[in-house]
Amino acid sequence: MRKQLYLWTMLAALVVFAGCAGDAAKKEAQVEDRSAGAGTAGAGTAAGVSGEAIDQALLSERRVYFAFDSSSLDGEATAIIEAHAQYLVNNPGIKVTLEGHTDERGTREYNLALGERRAQAVARMMRVLGVEGGRINTISYGEEKPVDTEHNEAAWRQNRRVEIVY
Amino acid sequence: MRKSTGLWIVVIVVLAWTGAARAILTIEITQGVATGIPVAVVPFRWQGKAPAPPQPVADIVQNDLLRSGRFSAVPRKDFVSTPHQDKDVVFKEWRIAKAEALLIGSVRETGKDRYQVEFRLYDVFKETQLAGYRYTVSGKLLRTTAHQIADVVYEKLTGEPGAFNTRIAYVTREGKGRQSVYKLQVADSDGYGPVTVVHSPEPLMSPAWSPDGRRLAYVSFEQKRSMVYVQDIASGKRRKVADFRGINSAPAWSPDGGRLALTLSRDGNAEIYVLDLKTRRLQRLTRNHVIDTEPAWSPDGRHLVFTSDRAGPPQVYRMNADGSGVERLTFEGSYNARASYAPDGRSLTLVTRHGGKYHIGILRLADRALQVLTDTQLDESPSFAPNGRMVLYATEVRGRGVLASVSADGRVRQQFRFEQGDVREPAWSPYNQQLKYKE
Repeated sequence: MRKQLYLWTMLAALVVFAGCAGDAAKKEAQVEDRSAGAGTAGAGTAAGVSGEAIDQALLSERRVYFAFDSSSLDGEATAIIEAHAQYLVNNPGIKVTLEGHTDERGTREYNLALGERRAQAVARMMRVLGVEGGRINTISYGEEKPVDTEHNEAAWRQNRRVEIVY
Repeated sequence: MRKSTGLWIVVIVVLAWTGAARAILTIEITQGVATGIPVAVVPFRWQGKAPAPPQPVADIVQNDLLRSGRFSAVPRKDFVSTPHQDKDVVFKEWRIAKAEALLIGSVRETGKDRYQVEFRLYDVFKETQLAGYRYTVSGKLLRTTAHQIADVVYEKLTGEPGAFNTRIAYVTREGKGRQSVYKLQVADSDGYGPVTVVHSPEPLMSPAWSPDGRRLAYVSFEQKRSMVYVQDIASGKRRKVADFRGINSAPAWSPDGGRLALTLSRDGNAEIYVLDLKTRRLQRLTRNHVIDTEPAWSPDGRHLVFTSDRAGPPQVYRMNADGSGVERLTFEGSYNARASYAPDGRSLTLVTRHGGKYHIGILRLADRALQVLTDTQLDESPSFAPNGRMVLYATEVRGRGVLASVSADGRVRQQFRFEQGDVREPAWSPYNQQLKYKE
């Protein structure tokens, strides 16, 4: 399934890239490149090309981010989740795992629960958008799996996340 | 029962020895005191084939005593003599050196891997012997013997039991990303002789000692999500006790050892449950839409404290063991969490945030006064020594997780530095009756 999606994303990215190569550079600032190391392709080049292309760019974003001790979804997170929900609705065979994570601050057991609450917040929104609950699996790693192991604000911002895995 | 106890001792000792050879650890006292009972610890006389005994017994005793914050060491340069036997002790010399207590002793090789350790403790002013014991042990038990001697000295001089001959459990992580290896280890209370209880490429969390010191409950992600296991330390045998849907976390033993308080989200949200380990019956204690986690029992088993964000930020609450009578305990500061009881039940140690930094604190239950014990910034996982006089916790130094301890009065602090990897989530064992000797 994962392979399928990669292929699909790559293809989409290629199409988009071919269509707007000249446009890409100046539009790049609109989409924060947070995908470094995420193993996804084609992020951050397609903003503003067309309705459908925006979805592709959002779809390549596999992480949504949170404020400290919060599981609220901001506008950017909402847009990313909407894109994935749309994709999942269109591809009923695919199941999704939502991995909740926190930064290292605060206690580990509390953070495990907080990570789950973040994953559940994303799951709830996906269900509202029409993805059947039975296709969504949530897990929490709390603060145990940081993407950035530094001990500063920048690292903490990267680590407070839900990873959308399918 | 007695028989199985004997066997258990042997196994632990063997494991401890194989681990000790690899242990590379330094202990640095980061904050000390000049006060405390001045003790003169005379290096023990060595009689044996090798140039030195396998373990520096007197040094181990002295380091234990200093770590407690209740003693100061009389500098060895002030020693006029170095007696090893009763007849060589001249009390006047030690009064001049400002010692209140004097410890002397010897280590003698009596056979292949057999050592006789002898010590005497004196009250310098009364000119009396306070204790004098002899132990015959194998080389692998010399460190344990030293900790026992420190416990005797502590008890004779303070009137309270020592907690040096105990163990600590903690989690280490080496390597990064997919190369990570997590280990749950058990070591002596001073960090020496680590033994790996379980290792995994996925995170391990929340080790908790059973009240008899024989088993550890912990959280493992080895099946790609959190599940709770109980493992017998000596045999390595383990049992998965919670693998419900959602998170399975934060195990805490009831004082009778028969039940585990757990945080489960099987009903949709992190709530506290009690699992009877024999009947497997599960009782739900909390019921609301917020996070309730980090349960810990009072020593009398009548209450549990826990962390909840029902009032916004996480704070510490207390409830009766059946879930009734919930009461908020912390009001100072915007983040108080992971509380656990002192052995006397009168105070809690917890994580408390002040000025954006996470410190270890002690909350006195009688008047709810909160004392902050540490000044580092990512302190976590505090637990009391079984005598209630020290708190072990984890902190971060130059980007790495390390263990540290602080005396319960906050005056003495030290860090345990392992050579590599991150060390986190320490838990201090209960008293270890199994390893105690006859005099």
